[in-house]
Order: sequence, then structure tokens, then C-alpha cells
Amino acid sequence: MARTLAEKVWESHVVRRGEGEPDLLYIDLHLLHEVTSPQAFDGLRLSGRPVRRPELTLATEDHNVPTTPGPITDPVSKTQVDTLRANCAEFGITLYPMGDAEQGIVHVVGPQLGLTQPGMTVVCGDSHTSTHGAFGALAFGIGTSEVEHVLATQTLPLKPFKTMAITVEGDLPAGVSAKDIVLAVIAKIGTGGGQGYVLEFRGSAIRALSMESRMTICNMSIEAGARAGMIAPDETTFAYLQGRDHAPAGADWDAAVAAWRELRTDDDATFDAEVVLDAATLTPFVTWGTNPGQGAPLGAAVPDPELMGDDNDKAAAQRALDYMGLAAGTPLREVAVDTVFVGSCTNGRIEDLRAVADILKGRRVADSVRMLVVPGSARVRLQAEAEGLGEVFEAAGAQWRLPGCSMCLAMNPDKLAPTERSASTSNRNFEGRQGKGGRTHLVSPQVAAATAVRGTLSSPADLDPVAAESAPKGN
Amino acid sequence: MDAFTTHTGIGVPLRRSNVDTDQIIPAEYLKRVTKSGFEDGLFAAWRRDDTFVLNDPAYAAGSVLVAGPDFGTGSSREHAVWALMNYGFKVVISSRFADIFRGNSGKQGLLTAVCSQDDVELLWKYLDNHPGASITVDLHSRTVTAGDIVAGFEVDDYTRWRLLEGLDDISLTLRHEGDITAYEATRPAWKPVTAAP
Repeated sequence: MARTLAEKVWESHVVRRGEGEPDLLYIDLHLLHEVTSPQAFDGLRLSGRPVRRPELTLATEDHNVPTTPGPITDPVSKTQVDTLRANCAEFGITLYPMGDAEQGIVHVVGPQLGLTQPGMTVVCGDSHTSTHGAFGALAFGIGTSEVEHVLATQTLPLKPFKTMAITVEGDLPAGVSAKDIVLAVIAKIGTGGGQGYVLEFRGSAIRALSMESRMTICNMSIEAGARAGMIAPDETTFAYLQGRDHAPAGADWDAAVAAWRELRTDDDATFDAEVVLDAATLTPFVTWGTNPGQGAPLGAAVPDPELMGDDNDKAAAQRALDYMGLAAGTPLREVAVDTVFVGSCTNGRIEDLRAVADILKGRRVADSVRMLVVPGSARVRLQAEAEGLGEVFEAAGAQWRLPGCSMCLAMNPDKLAPTERSASTSNRNFEGRQGKGGRTHLVSPQVAAATAVRGTLSSPADLDPVAAESAPKGN
Repeated sequence: MDAFTTHTGIGVPLRRSNVDTDQIIPAEYLKRVTKSGFEDGLFAAWRRDDTFVLNDPAYAAGSVLVAGPDFGTGSSREHAVWALMNYGFKVVISSRFADIFRGNSGKQGLLTAVCSQDDVELLWKYLDNHPGASITVDLHSRTVTAGDIVAGFEVDDYTRWRLLEGLDDISLTLRHEGDITAYEATRPAWKPVTAAP
């Protein structure tokens, strides 16, 4: 029978199938961080259960670590990190702590180590686990009870997902990135539109993307309500993986690639739902509201709730505009921001930092703007420094920080003050997400950089050319 | 997990859609390493507003939350379920729940009852007209009763059975440990392990 990519990965992990029960699926890789794991380890201790496969489990510290040098000063955060360290030591789990060369955001670390591979099942107590689907893995976020379940059994009972094809054909215009694709998808299908589905992103525009960009798209599948997003592995995927620390080598590599080439949706397979986008029509996209579905092209104006047909949409939009301090009809390009945040598991990889540095080179961050650039991992930071990007950020007046989740969710000291407004490359513009009362506009790295320079929501096309004499960095 | 059969308690109308888990409990409350005491963080930002429904004494002791569509979107934090349960909620009614939130609720014994949006609107109207009125939620018959309103709700058979019996997922899975071991023997040798190479 013809099957989709998601169905193939699912079927190859079924441990047990019982009448009237969810399938029991095997989990190939379980990622942990400090916030959603302590109560799971407590549960194991209470029931006297070991971790079944510590060697398929990896932990890193990311959610509440500071991004400035020095130890954690918040005692509650420190307790949580210390608890993770003690739990990993007790149960024999590899941990990359703050300061380690491999530390970073869990969804940046897995792929860069080559641990995330096509056809795997990957879970983590974090909804952005969908990131790993960029490799053709079935990857999804789980709750703490499920973390405990995977630790104890290396399996999860799961109800079947439906499948949705999101086909993006054509060439992306200059200055339009993966982030704009996924924000446009979410605005089109809504924050609940993917509920119950695994999304498969396909089409020529998706195939043309780098692995970093594919990760950005799969990362935000959850913001459309989907459990997972996937992209079929291809030569781009294999080239990214080959030679990485945990990728197969030698004869194993050949065997793995042969298996991975089978991981594509059969030509005659059917999806439960299909959405089609024309890449050529996409423009830089920004959010104006308090959920990731409340977005619009940068060239548009803040929408008028009165013009919305659905009463719930109308009420939600009015509430969002009140919270965001925005008036309907204001051109989005006129919205001034106080802070620009570049980073997170959505856009904290090397390609994102290169895109930002390209724009900042020879330019200055506006005096009215505080800009934070937070690499997704220690390796990303090292790579950026080796390429001279760190100097570009600092010369432009941005703060070049240490790796972590940072202002994406403001569990560490990086926060917005009440009513402070940000342009952020992260994934959620929920009320208070970046700090109590803070106002978030989700944007691509390119829009973030241009916005930092102009002080208002902007695309690179809005910037004056860099004058030749100011081009050398640091001047 | 305690078994759930039927529950009667004060209904709380939460007339909002897209209630994400950052609103249910903001990240600043997630630094604890226990499963209890999260009630202080429940809807923390909204509870600073005097007009928020839980600040109305009629609803303060509520245990059945009646919410708008797309409840529990966003972060996978199970703390959202703990916060609702620590506060005293036993049931959340909505026309649509986010997948991860719904899964987390089922594991902890918080019933997520899916009613039609029309029935949610009827319940909201009833609760507005009768502040502090009780709602009865019967998992056996899958019905919600409030005054003259009797509405059916959806919950899948497997979750319903686990809730009625109060069964713990890990014990259920470990009954099939032999299947897990047999599966492990079939995994390709090149699949990665996490120890530093």
C-alpha cells in the first residue's frame, strides 16, 4: 500500500499493536533539559525504576542558563540545573552542562552532533522537538509524564496522527526566508489548523532549502497546532550529516543512506489534507498579535478586528491589539521596537547569524534599540567567531551573548520590561512570553537585522546601501 | 492516578480562545522541581486583573473550566496541567484542545471534554446567568449537565477507560516488556547512541 513519509517512519517503530489501544512506538532518541525533567526522574525513584536505555538519552542545559559570563545567580534556576546534573549522574545519562563545548539549545545540539538522523523517532519534553523533523525524523514534544514513560520503557503509546501535505513550489524572492514561509503557513491554516496532523513540507521551494532553513520550518509546525513537521531526506540532508560525530561511518554510512533513500512519500500515497503555497508570492512576514497565526506581510497594516468575520477571531484580535498597544490601520513598517532578539531553536543556527551579520556589516544598530544576538549552541558561537561574525555584531552595537534559550521564553535574566516591544526571531508572541507585559513581533533574521538598524519593523530592502568608506567592520 | 467517574463542581466561564500554556502558567513558575504548589501561577498575568473570572468570589472555588476553542496551545509544559489541578480543577471543557496539552491531561487525571462550540456558548450563558452554579460531568455517559442543559462530550475510548480505572501508563506498557526487548533486537546497529564518540 502506498504510504506517506510519516506513515513509513511510524510503521517501522511499532513495538506492539493491540485492538482498541494506541500503538506502542519505540523511541530512538530522547533529549532532556532542566525544566521538564525533574518530576520525571522523581517518578522513577518513587517507583524504583531504572532508565531503560541511558545511551539513547542526552541532556543539555538551555532553558534558564544566563547568556552573560558567570554562574547562575537565581537560586531557583540553579536548583533546577543542579537537579538535572544530579539526575544524569544518578541514572548514567550524558549531559552537556553550561560551559561545555557541546552545550546549547537541545534542538540545536542534537542535529549538529549528527544524533538526529532520517527515519528516527525523536522526543523531548519541549514542543519545539518538531525541529528534528527537518531530517525526515518523526519528532515531537511530550509532557513530563511521557518523559518518565520514555525513560522507563524507551517507548510511548501513541494514537495515530493524520497527515497534511504543505506544498511550496517556486522560487523564494530575495530577502524572503524559511521563517517567512512558515509564518505564512501558520497565518493561512491558523494556530489550530494542524491539530492532530503531522505536516509534511514538500515542493521545489522546500527542496531548495538548507538544513538550517528546513529546521526553522519544522520547528514552527507546533505553532500551527501540529504534533510534528517533516521533510523527506535528500542529498542536502546526507551532505549535512556525513562526517558529524554521531553519524554512521564507513560501511554503516552506506547502509544508512540506502535505508534513508526509501524515506519519501510514495507517488500514489494520499494525505488527509493538503495546502499549497506559491513561493514567488511570499514576502517578509511579521506578526502583529499575540499568537503566531496573527501575522501579515510586512508591507501591510495592522488589521482591523471589525472587518473579521468570525466573532471569536474578532474578540481575539481586539484583545491582541489592546495588549500590543497597536491601532488598526497602522502600517507595520511604522511600528518602532525597543529590542531586537536574534536566537532560539527557531533561528539561532550559524546560517541565521550569517544572514544577520551580512546586513549589520558596515551599519549600526539604532540608538533607540537594544539588540541581543544569542547563538543556539557553544559550537555555533565558536563557528561565528571563527568567521568574524561576533566582531560584526559588536561593531554594530549589538550584544553578542553565550548560548541558551534566552529571551525566547525569558526564564533567564534576558527579558522584556512591561510594554517594551521586540522584533524577535523566536517562535512565540504569546502575552508575556518574553517578559511580563512585553510585546513581541515574530520576524525572520533578515527582518530582525534590518529592524535593528532602522528602529522600526523593516526588511533589508528598506536599508540605505552601506557607504564604501564605512564598510570595514569596527568603524 | 485517581480514578475519574463523575464530578460535580462550580463551572467557570473563560470566554477566551487560544488560551496557550504560557497564559495557563508563565515560564517564571516552571523552575520548581516538584509537581505541587503551582496553583499560585495559574493564569498569573490575568489574575492581576480584578475583573478576571477567577477573581470573582462566585467562581473562585471553581472546578469545571469552560473555555473557548484551541485551549492549551503552545509549550508542552505539563506544569499547565499541574497548575489547573493544584488549583482544584477536575475538568476543562472546550471545543478544541491542543494535542500535547490533551495528552498531558489524560496522564494526570484531568478530564478534557470536547463539546461543540454551540454547547460551550450555552454553558457560558447559563453560568453568566447563574454565577457559582454547578456543572456535572459524567464520564460513564459522556455528558455534561448544567441546569436544563444536557450536552454530550467527546473523549477517546482508551483515555476514558484509563481515567475510569485510574490506570498508570508505565505499568500498562511494562506488561509488554518482552515486545520491547524483541523490537530492540531488530534495530539496525548503525542507529546512534549518545555517549561521546
